[in-house]
Amino acid sequence: MEKINKVLVLGSGALKIGEAGEFDYSGSQALKALKEEGITTVLINPNIATVQTSEEIADIIYYLPVTAFFVEKIIEKEKPEGILLAFGGQTALNCGIELFQTGILNKYNLKVLGTPVEAIIETEDREKFANLLHGIQIKTPKSIAVTTIEDALKASETIGFPMIVRAAFTLGGQGSGFCNSMQELRQLSEKAFSYSSQVLVEESLKGWKEVEYEVVRDQYDNCLTVCNMENFDPLGIHTGESIVVAPSQTLTNSEYHKLRKISIEIVKRVGIIGECNVQYALDPHSEDYRVIEVNARLSRSSALASKATGYPLAFVAAKLGLGYGLHELKNSVTKTTPAFFEPALDYLVVKIPRWDLNKFHGVSKEIGSSMKSVGEVMAIGRSFEECIQKGLRMIGSGMHGFAANKELVVDDIESSLSNPTDTRIFVIGQAFKEGWTVEQVYEKTRIDRWFLAKLMHIHQLEMELTQFEGTNSLPPDLLKEAKKSGFSDFQLVRLLFKSETMGRNDNDIMKIREFRKKLGVVPYVKQIDTLAAEYPAATNYLYLTYHGAEHDIVFENDNRSVIVLGSGAYRIGSSVEFDWSGVNALQTIEKSGYRSVMINYNPETVSTDYDVCNRLYFDELSLERVMDIAELENPFGVIVSTGGQIPNNLAMRLYNQNIKLLGTSALSIDRAENRYKFSEMLDKIGVDQPKWKELTDMQGIFEFTEEVGYPVLIRPSYVLSGAAMNIVSNKSELQYFLDLATLVSKQYPVVVSKFMTDTKEIEMDAVADKGNIILYAISEHIEFAGVHSGDATIMFPPQKVYVETIRRIKKISRQIAEELQISGPFNIQFLAKDNDIKVIECNLRASRSLPFVSKVLKTNFIDYATRIMLGQKVEKPNKSLFDIDYIGVKAPQFSFSRLSKADPVLGVDMASTGEVGCLGDDYYEAILKAMLSVGYRIPKKNILISSGPMRSKTELIISANYLATNGYQLYATKGTHLFFQENNIPSILVNWPDVKESPNAYDLIRQRQIDLVINIPKDLSEEELDNDYTIRRAAVDFNVPLITNARLASAFIYAISKYTMDDLKIKSWGEY
Amino acid sequence: MNNPTYRKASLVLEDGSIFEGKSFGFEASVAGEIVFNTAMTGYPESLTDPSYRGQIIVLTYPSIGNYGVPANTKQHELSEFFESDQIHAKGLIISDYSESYNHWNAAKSLGDWLKEEKIPALFGIDTRMLTKHIRNHGCMLAKIIFDEDLSFDDPGLRNLVSEVSTSEKIVYGQGKMKIMLVDCGVKNNIIRYLLQYDTTVIRVAWDYRFQDEEFDGLFISNGPGDPVQCRQTIDNLKEALKKEYPIFGICLGHQLLAIASGATTYKLKFGHRSHNQPVIQVGTPHAYLTSQNHGYAVDNASIPPEWNAYFTNLNDNSNEGLQHKDKPWFTTQFHPEASSGPTDTSFLFGEFIGAIERYKGKKVLWE
Repeated sequence: MEKINKVLVLGSGALKIGEAGEFDYSGSQALKALKEEGITTVLINPNIATVQTSEEIADIIYYLPVTAFFVEKIIEKEKPEGILLAFGGQTALNCGIELFQTGILNKYNLKVLGTPVEAIIETEDREKFANLLHGIQIKTPKSIAVTTIEDALKASETIGFPMIVRAAFTLGGQGSGFCNSMQELRQLSEKAFSYSSQVLVEESLKGWKEVEYEVVRDQYDNCLTVCNMENFDPLGIHTGESIVVAPSQTLTNSEYHKLRKISIEIVKRVGIIGECNVQYALDPHSEDYRVIEVNARLSRSSALASKATGYPLAFVAAKLGLGYGLHELKNSVTKTTPAFFEPALDYLVVKIPRWDLNKFHGVSKEIGSSMKSVGEVMAIGRSFEECIQKGLRMIGSGMHGFAANKELVVDDIESSLSNPTDTRIFVIGQAFKEGWTVEQVYEKTRIDRWFLAKLMHIHQLEMELTQFEGTNSLPPDLLKEAKKSGFSDFQLVRLLFKSETMGRNDNDIMKIREFRKKLGVVPYVKQIDTLAAEYPAATNYLYLTYHGAEHDIVFENDNRSVIVLGSGAYRIGSSVEFDWSGVNALQTIEKSGYRSVMINYNPETVSTDYDVCNRLYFDELSLERVMDIAELENPFGVIVSTGGQIPNNLAMRLYNQNIKLLGTSALSIDRAENRYKFSEMLDKIGVDQPKWKELTDMQGIFEFTEEVGYPVLIRPSYVLSGAAMNIVSNKSELQYFLDLATLVSKQYPVVVSKFMTDTKEIEMDAVADKGNIILYAISEHIEFAGVHSGDATIMFPPQKVYVETIRRIKKISRQIAEELQISGPFNIQFLAKDNDIKVIECNLRASRSLPFVSKVLKTNFIDYATRIMLGQKVEKPNKSLFDIDYIGVKAPQFSFSRLSKADPVLGVDMASTGEVGCLGDDYYEAILKAMLSVGYRIPKKNILISSGPMRSKTELIISANYLATNGYQLYATKGTHLFFQENNIPSILVNWPDVKESPNAYDLIRQRQIDLVINIPKDLSEEELDNDYTIRRAAVDFNVPLITNARLASAFIYAISKYTMDDLKIKSWGEY
Repeated sequence: MNNPTYRKASLVLEDGSIFEGKSFGFEASVAGEIVFNTAMTGYPESLTDPSYRGQIIVLTYPSIGNYGVPANTKQHELSEFFESDQIHAKGLIISDYSESYNHWNAAKSLGDWLKEEKIPALFGIDTRMLTKHIRNHGCMLAKIIFDEDLSFDDPGLRNLVSEVSTSEKIVYGQGKMKIMLVDCGVKNNIIRYLLQYDTTVIRVAWDYRFQDEEFDGLFISNGPGDPVQCRQTIDNLKEALKKEYPIFGICLGHQLLAIASGATTYKLKFGHRSHNQPVIQVGTPHAYLTSQNHGYAVDNASIPPEWNAYFTNLNDNSNEGLQHKDKPWFTTQFHPEASSGPTDTSFLFGEFIGAIERYKGKKVLWE
């Protein structure tokens, strides 16, 4: 094997729909694999909150965009010998292909480790790839590649409706869809061509089973399939949108091995070195099949396969890229047997997607061939029923499993079954309740009857359980069967005690718990050992099941376990940042001589890698399951403050059951979380907050609003549709919003608070020890209040905040820390107008911005917090935010292009799916790098501006002037054009989309004549003019950068006026 | 469709361990040797595999019965979906039984099939716990007990091969290459593979004196039990080893040929029964995943000088095949015919056929 000393690894950038945390996992594994070989690793990834961008994982880290431009500059500077392209999703792969095609790889004599680029290109061009497969007698769907819409229409004659239209070279199904008519075909093709110059028109295989294989090959042509997976939903629903089970459940041996064999033939033919994913459609009435997709890289599915089997796919793939053979590597679970084997599972796993479609305005709830989900969970068990019920709880959408949920209102079951939405599985439950049979549901859904029969079994158990009153007459066998079928104690409370209010109180749950424990009905801990117990394995990868009679491990009862609760499914508002926090807590726990124990169930994370902790329970973060584990582990304590809101919400409940929590007391957490208690406390210590009131009737809402004055922020507790929160500026908006979206009653109160305009938002991230702040970081939002902190662009250290403001913020934070006796991480959000400071929120846990400030400051807040929580004496660090002479900017990543029809506008509810953090010598360099990292481009020439209300028009004057003087051509809609005229800024008047005269804003965008769209909404209310929506949506659909906030627009324009791409410094994290 | 009630029964091991389960098969007590299999698919194939004769199988994959059981349709006189015409296993132990099944080729549920074939089966047992027990203590005798108890029965003491071998000579195909197949409990898929080529397969009983007949290649099949029970086969093979024609042996066939050549066999602690056994072709970097089902193995140290180890198990370095240094003779401990399991090594049938073609070519020259 040729010795390589330095390797460049491309990351995947910000988390977005279709490309999320799974690539932090795969990149981290690859970096660990290289490090083990003594290779110096250089990582490019602007996603600062990831684990992979930590110093102990990669040697040299660049928080820069993963684009050919920046990668070339880094190659020139670092002179690596090899490059890994397969570990950073489609982003890294596309970048790698560009580096290859532009000759950059050749120029710097850079060796691609793993699958050769030529082979990757072959798999990415659908037509070439189909021909390659046909050459070895492998079937693909009938497909015609076209380059014009006319050819697409013509292709329908050969293929026939229904058909599927796909854009080539796109992320997980972008610009794809089914069509049933010429008209639909024309619409779809137009959209597809906006993503790619090549579009495929294909036969529809709706109703076929969807099955995938994860295949590995080494340079000696040794191949294996790590596992196969079967989609619960038949073909037609993107695998990222589907419930997936591993291994396949409804395939015979012959089908399983036929598809396995074809997978191996494909990877051999392509010449994969490393990992490859092959997706099939399988006829449910014969062994006929089609290969529908191949990914010659690590993928979401491969991350899932790794977690499902314990086989470290990414780690092994990286080693194979270095030239190892599979037989030369060890199975990292058994440590004695080789990596050349196929895992035998003695359990099954079910993956369920997590959607957050409620967060978006206007988006369709239907799921189909393109991906909309933002995260996923994986449930492990020893029956399908056990897994699916666990999983449905894990996704955290308020459901308790498949059964015992609150009544689901479905207007038309038949159509809801045929047109799947994000709640499809619950519609099936409702159908069963209303008397539908498995066969009838099958007719509408084409979901394999086996899966439906399993769901029916759960439903039947539910019916059986409801026949009993309380636990007295409940047969132990029925209880056992219910627990084996995944019923939680909570579900049992609901079914046995009938009352709707039962279960709200944990005492009811504890009654069931005690009852079943007396009968010996308890879960057992099992290992995931890759070989179904054939060989002994010292594995720490664990799950709990009721299909068991003994624990696989021995509990020490030495009081040395520290349990860290993870963050669950990635969702809008909670993602990789909490994974970073959890992983760092685990590291400090282990370093401090304790046994680090993680509970989490998100397959896209590093915290669910069994090599980051001493014990991993891949299981639920519910009161019941955490108590099960705590009772077995008998821990030194449980950490609830590094996993975001899920563990935070468990704090009080665990405390009430006498589970020992580390860090800030649960009582304090409750004081910060409970609106009333928190207000009372702020009043007590003399800290100001915006006026608010919880109200239960319309009259009260109007009265309070008149009192504090508009605008107000409305937060209903029951939402029928649309966003949960909104800002309203006048009475009619208030009336409209409340009528449209919410129920107001004693049971569902509405919280109304005064909203402050033109106000800065400032965040305090800190760590305290018994109420005494040990370290802190203050950061500043670029946007004014009104944009959710998760969607805001944030700079650290603050650049435009009065010293007095900072002084006051520090003082208030000290007061709060002292009052709540905080021990551990916390975050306070402030509003600042002039030097008037108000507190809007306080969370006694690690925040979203903690990894960002930790990395900018090069001080690991979680390490400090964890040591404090473990009771160690911690010294205040010497460094403070005033000592650093560079700036960090954190920018949000949106996925609106995935969410067809969603209005890409920012509001009080969070909409971003990810973020980046970049460093610069000054504010403008940092912001430009950050915005380039989330997909903005420096405009070439034409900019379309609709500048919104007067406030933002004024905000934009100077920057618009900059643009004009710098030679940009401004296009403006009417009001903006007039305003520019008054201010002597040249611009071309553009008609609104609904005016059928040219130049028309929509047409200009569609014809790709615009390089940047700045569209500032008139106000933040629900009622938005269609025209503005059309412009924003067109920008997203035709892939033109869009800015909807005036302050951000100004900042961006200043930055591009100051810097060109070449001015941006190529400096690694370590060089700052 | 209400949940059926299942009768309770117990699994009793030789060492006194008792596991309570629920019956979903035939309700009668039965005794045999208990073994585990870690395959995730293929219960119809495994149950009809003659090599499981006398054994109670524990399947480690927890959800069994999902795709039902196909009808016993025939193709070229061979069962299309099964490895023989009956269930050979003595009993079946699983974790979770799927009474509802769905598959286009399913004709009945697994439970119904087991009842028809009079095979007891239990579910609701912690099969992982049971497997670890067998792994730690080795394969042992076991019995499934309903009401009446019965004594343990060691199938290893019997000549199981005689129970599963064909009683008459059967000829398949009409191809040019004549293959003598010694049936020690042959799986149908071996015959299916051989018939893919231009062959005539002559299937004879385990103790049949094939030496006196005319053929182009000799095949020794898989089968159950301890190889030393097949004295007659070994004696016949000793004579065959004086000839020139190609010989291919699989599993028990491999062990028998090894013994005939002077090697010895031993009993593995808990055998290899799975779809994921990694083997490497000795002297090459080429590794394959194989399907296996055996309790005995050829002792590496006993391999005679005129033979080379052909394949070795990457997990435990046990012998996985032999290749003669000069003659066209080779054997595998694993199952290239798969069914169930991975098909990576099916090329070995091609090699056997290639050897036959070369041998026939030479024969023409000699004549």
